[in-house]
Amino acid sequence: MKKTDVVIIGAGAVGSALARELSKYKLDVTVVEKNADIGGDSSKSNSAIIHTGYDAKPGTLESQLVVAANPMYDEICKDLDIPFKRIGAILPAFNDEQMEQLPAIKHKAMMNRVYDVEYKTGAELLEMEPELNPEVKGGLYIPRESIIDPFLFCIALAENAADNGVKFELATKVIGIDQKDGAVTTVKTDKGDIECKYIINAAGLYCDEIASFVGKNDYYVTPRKGQFYILDKKTSCKVRTIVLPIPTKVTKGKLMCPTMHGNMLVGPTAEDLLDKTDKSTNKEGLDSIAADVRKMIPNVNLRDSITQYCGLRAQRNPEGLNIDMYDDLKGYVNISGVRSTGLTNSVAVAKYVADLLIESGMKAEPKTDFIKTRKGTPHFAELSAEEKAELIAKDPRYGNVICRCETITEGQICDAIHRTLGATTVDGVKRRVRAGMGRCQGGFCGPRVIEIIARELGISPDEVCKNDKGSEMLKGFVR
Amino acid sequence: MAEKIYDVIVVGGGPAGLAAAVGAKEAGAKDVLIVERDVSLGGILQQCIHPGFGLKYFNEELSGPEYAYRFIEKVKASDIEVKLDTMVLEVGDHSVVGINPKDGLFVAQGKSIVLAMGCRERTRGAIMTPGTRPAGVYTAGAAQRLVNRQNMMVGKKVVILGSGDIGMIMARRMTLEGAKVLAVAELMDYTAGLTRNRVQCLDDFGIPLLLSHTIVEIKGNKRVEGVVIAEVDPATKQPIKGTEVLYECDTLLLSCGLIPENELTKEAGIKINPITNGPEVNQFMQTSYEYVFACGNVVHVNDLVDNVTDESLRAGQYAAQYALGTLPKAKEIPSVTGNNVRYICPQRICPDAPAKLFFRAAAPKLGVTMKAYADDKEIFSKKLIKINPGEMEHIEVKPEDMQGVSSIRIEVV
Repeated sequence: MKKTDVVIIGAGAVGSALARELSKYKLDVTVVEKNADIGGDSSKSNSAIIHTGYDAKPGTLESQLVVAANPMYDEICKDLDIPFKRIGAILPAFNDEQMEQLPAIKHKAMMNRVYDVEYKTGAELLEMEPELNPEVKGGLYIPRESIIDPFLFCIALAENAADNGVKFELATKVIGIDQKDGAVTTVKTDKGDIECKYIINAAGLYCDEIASFVGKNDYYVTPRKGQFYILDKKTSCKVRTIVLPIPTKVTKGKLMCPTMHGNMLVGPTAEDLLDKTDKSTNKEGLDSIAADVRKMIPNVNLRDSITQYCGLRAQRNPEGLNIDMYDDLKGYVNISGVRSTGLTNSVAVAKYVADLLIESGMKAEPKTDFIKTRKGTPHFAELSAEEKAELIAKDPRYGNVICRCETITEGQICDAIHRTLGATTVDGVKRRVRAGMGRCQGGFCGPRVIEIIARELGISPDEVCKNDKGSEMLKGFVR
Repeated sequence: MAEKIYDVIVVGGGPAGLAAAVGAKEAGAKDVLIVERDVSLGGILQQCIHPGFGLKYFNEELSGPEYAYRFIEKVKASDIEVKLDTMVLEVGDHSVVGINPKDGLFVAQGKSIVLAMGCRERTRGAIMTPGTRPAGVYTAGAAQRLVNRQNMMVGKKVVILGSGDIGMIMARRMTLEGAKVLAVAELMDYTAGLTRNRVQCLDDFGIPLLLSHTIVEIKGNKRVEGVVIAEVDPATKQPIKGTEVLYECDTLLLSCGLIPENELTKEAGIKINPITNGPEVNQFMQTSYEYVFACGNVVHVNDLVDNVTDESLRAGQYAAQYALGTLPKAKEIPSVTGNNVRYICPQRICPDAPAKLFFRAAAPKLGVTMKAYADDKEIFSKKLIKINPGEMEHIEVKPEDMQGVSSIRIEVV
């Protein structure tokens, strides 16, 4: 039987951040993830925003952790060599009723200790965002709202954790938890049991099901679907900041913002479901995005959409972020209610949980040889001519462009496959280096990426999957 | 890098690029360079292993690779320089910036440049088909490459959305490889591709063609498990509630239109026509930059490679003449679309030289007359049994008809 000190269940943003945080200590840590790759479910399909927490419910754990997390990102992203931009958000008001809501929103920000929210006049907002509906009367500016690449964020956290000794058991599903004398002993998985002293449930959408293995499911999780459009980098109507609607009682509403890589992101919807596997887009949802966002950005050109996707937020019932330890079940930490702020607060949740464990008596001596930084795959397209030439001279595969839309080279794809916790699937390559993320959506590079993955991993092309097992790209050979 | 200045640099080594290079050489260009991103010349023809090529140009029926081979041989027999495995990253001022594993990043200087990058396929994202995002959704051309060049089957039970030529040809190809093609659904009330492909690829194999139908949902979380097809209102193109039928399948191929591949053209600042999505050209295939020429599917999507060859040979010739300083400069007049004409290519005409005006109808119609007018004077008229947007037509205009006029208009009535 495998043995470890700590098992983290789930390799989404929270699980990956926890893995990195605990890898700073002399601990044996194992992450168990049901999917074939890092990035979880909700962590990879969201609006990719690092929030300030200005609109959280004051006084809650969620508010504290989001507000604490935001300032951490400059350093974390620098250390992990991933892109991050503080582009700011605006909340434009287009009528008197919306104008009247602004003071309450600003006050809430103050209660959350987000002190840098400012009023802007309609003219100022139009200068910041020329594509805004010219009827804008005024609004708020939240300067530290930021954008990130959510795939790379999780992957980089996990990679760095793995470089510091954390083991990752991917495509491994937890099917039970054993306890003895009021303490956890074993995580049972479909690939075998893992003996451990501590278990952290960071299973997001499925955290209620994990909690049920130890009888701590005094809540349940329902998915709240969010559908999005991604627009071409060259779309006719672009914004520079995160343009947020004034929230209504029902929803935070649909936003438009740039992505880390220069596309436009438009969405999301908010649809409460029961099926945690329903990741389908639908016409009604997509049409509702169009109608709502046009009120703020009249010229948004959804015909320039290159893809649409759907993410599921984990809606806890009753709601609220909860991080619990139990007197009658030693060694078990339950994290629940991680929702749309989860990508942001993951790094603070990780620190909070680590502290909680140490306070509870976990022996955790800081490492003296923690590797703080990670070097990412070179962003070939962004290099200078000299740097490009140098890279190709060193490794000619960097001279072979595979994805023409994003100018991704064979060198980058091979690096994505062979680095720590490397890509094993088409989506894995796409999320690490963006091959197939452009306007042709893999139409050109798809067949070539399959060939490269098969060659580099020494498998048959018909074993190459899009993501999880069962998602094979091909069905055997021709006659 | 060497200081060599090419007479003509051709971007793309598919049928258009090959013919342009050959045309340039025949017209007297000395140093000609073809830059091709794939490992071999021939472009998409290399994956088009079906017959039907060359009927017009060679008067015989060839497969795609055979057709390409004839031009590749011509290129090999000449001293045209070829850079394979090379991606052009930028078209600059009388130059192209390219990259390959051998030369690294390089700049090639040219007196004239011919753009022959071809086209790409519309994707699921572009047509916004709702549903899940499983494996098994391919554009027809990507599937064609996998099947015909990489010898891999993309699926066993297939539905095809769109009746473009590649989609219909892949319906036959997949059937021949033992897959079951359940249906081809087409949003419009007519086929997008050639009639001969509908007959030879669908009718002859008993594959149902569902006109005025579309896919309203893709099902399956890992691999495609099915698609829901609904009938659409021919007027609004909106799905009709209650007509949804689930087709259980493992693969969806998309043949929903081709888009000229003009990233380089746009980056360079060359004027693009909003209807064709290709550069605007005159009958010399000269773009809004006088040293940049364009031909083939990068200008407008053709239905026959024979037409591409014809157009590209001319583009190459004129590019060579420009490089040698013998291409006349003249005032140009516009070509104007009249009744039931979607677009005309070329968009600009030099009245002192004959011009072949290619055009597509906006809607299919039986018993029509195509007409050309110089201002308000009729200069050409021809009766046709039918006209179909899927099949390109052309009218030839003579210099004597264009003297002193302000535009040439084409109409289908």
